[in-house]
Amino acid sequence: MPLRQGGPRHAARRTPTMDTAEMRRRLREFICAELLRKPDYPLAHDEPLITGGLIDSFSLARIGVFVEEAFAVYLPDTELTVANMDTVDAMVACILKTRP
Amino acid sequence: MTLRLDYETLVESVIERAGREPRRPALVLVAEDDSEQTLTASQLLESAAAHACALRSVGLGPGDLVILVMRHSRELLSAFWGTLYLGAIPSIFPFLSEKLDPQLYMKQVRTLVAHSGARAVIALPEFIPMLTELLAGVDCRLLDSEHVAAGTGASSPPPSPPVSTEAVAFLQHSSGSTGLQKGVALSHRAVLNQVRSYSRAIALDESDVIVSWLPLYHDMGLIACCVMPIVAGVRLVLISPFHWVREPGVLFRAVQRHGGTLSWLPNFAYNHCARNVRERDLEGVDLRPWRVINCSEPVRYDSHRLFLERFGPAGLRETALGSCYAMAEATFAVTASPVEGPPRVDWIQLPALQAERRAVPAAAEQPGAIPMTSSGTPIEGVEVAVVGDDGRRLPDRRLGEIVVRGDCLFSGYHRRPDLDAKAIRNGWYHTGDIGYRAGDELYVTGRQDDLIIVGGKNVHPNDLEAIANEVPGIHPGRAVAFGVPDGQLGTQAVVMVGELAEETGPEGRRRIESELRRRIARQTEITLADVLLVDARWLLKTSSGKIARGANREKYLRRPR
Repeated sequence: MPLRQGGPRHAARRTPTMDTAEMRRRLREFICAELLRKPDYPLAHDEPLITGGLIDSFSLARIGVFVEEAFAVYLPDTELTVANMDTVDAMVACILKTRP
Repeated sequence: MTLRLDYETLVESVIERAGREPRRPALVLVAEDDSEQTLTASQLLESAAAHACALRSVGLGPGDLVILVMRHSRELLSAFWGTLYLGAIPSIFPFLSEKLDPQLYMKQVRTLVAHSGARAVIALPEFIPMLTELLAGVDCRLLDSEHVAAGTGASSPPPSPPVSTEAVAFLQHSSGSTGLQKGVALSHRAVLNQVRSYSRAIALDESDVIVSWLPLYHDMGLIACCVMPIVAGVRLVLISPFHWVREPGVLFRAVQRHGGTLSWLPNFAYNHCARNVRERDLEGVDLRPWRVINCSEPVRYDSHRLFLERFGPAGLRETALGSCYAMAEATFAVTASPVEGPPRVDWIQLPALQAERRAVPAAAEQPGAIPMTSSGTPIEGVEVAVVGDDGRRLPDRRLGEIVVRGDCLFSGYHRRPDLDAKAIRNGWYHTGDIGYRAGDELYVTGRQDDLIIVGGKNVHPNDLEAIANEVPGIHPGRAVAFGVPDGQLGTQAVVMVGELAEETGPEGRRRIESELRRRIARQTEITLADVLLVDARWLLKTSSGKIARGANREKYLRRPR
């Protein structure tokens, strides 16, 4: 699925059936293309993004907006911590935990 | 209504206001859950006096330097004003973020204490064990911020001792290289002169409400969004910087809730807000009364347009966007754009700027034309000149170093007379910034040295290179860091190019890059936008054998991809 540049302004319809592998794939795609701006970067799912110096803390806000648009899950900013968002795996766990 | 600003010391203003309008709200702190805490003028004075009392009880007195290692909180503000109340000198240390290595951070505190001769450190309770160990044997009191805040108020606080208006009020530590931090010493007189001139330049009024997310260890946060409003009796709403970074919408909600009329934003914040504020954060938000001043890094025309397009529909007016040129050494502001702007935009020819160091006017549609946004005109009591390498003033539209003099300049760098002599010559402070004047307007184009300004923070490339030189696999002494413009983020992106110590395959290169990124992030909080690992002899050197940052930057930008 091609990445939507900028993303839609409305929240996507909730897709409760989306499996974690798909969620991981879309997060990874977004991070490489939009945040690292290197679509080919071989990002591992357990690779530390913030403490590893790949993205900065300003990107947390962008990830929050993306997660809401792509998965219809609102992550309160108290959840947008380095501990919750440092790897793709941690992000998926945080989204699943927050999802109603 | 005209503000009363004829004080001799900063504390005098707080004492006077608490007597005159004790119940007037002085500041509101917005917590991460959007709950709020209001401090009235009398509460601010009481908590400052109580902190002063606690500091005095452990033997501290006028003239003692006190470092504050605390988070953005009521206690931090009380400790800052309490230290001032005692006639001692506060200095706010950047707060530990989740990204930094705590041990390295604590060592930076120790280095600062050792270099500055600080008499006390007030730190959060969780920092006390590690700091106790690190400061063992150092003649410096270590105080738990919670004890200082709680153990006070028992006895009636002492009167604030008389302090000369020429005495140093506080130190602002320049950001960047922590080990070599420069403490910018500011006298009460300089700060009060700045408050007077700058508040006039922006027509600050008692009906204004300043809303800020800026950190208090940075001049824009401390002066424009803490000291000035408190001295002038203008209401202040403070949001935690960490909160705003993660959720920029909090700024707009606070502006709406409190009738905010004024905020300061570094240029990158325009982009951050425009890209990451959700539509629902703007529901019911009316930005018509709100003014914003763009300062602390070069003002970008594109960011200005982006911000206006995003928030215009919520009522933001184009004339409400101002600009300012500022530095800690001048307390804060040097120039300001007119109150009902917008700042002037000067289209100039880029080739003439680069080749002849002249800003030649151009038509906007002309090829090679670039827009420069004016930083405004000098505020009262401040003179600005642009000088050539020989120190002589240059005519209008010629590019040179910006120098500043006036009644709000710093007293010198704390314990660094060697730096004073270099920075202040014949009464003029040499900023190291490059720019030009056109009439009274000042345009800032860049830096004389290789300093990189990222999101309003100064980054010294040699600090980053020193870290790279320690990374196994990189040839020591063969790494170079520089900034490149990042239009998407509205600031500079930091790039590192390093020569490999030996031939290295793709897997090895990946490991070296990861290690380099990790170390830079943990030690400096900088995120490298790009890392380029190259073979031996890629980097260009000067005739004296030093690595030429500018030439390598050009080579990086022109490399085939």
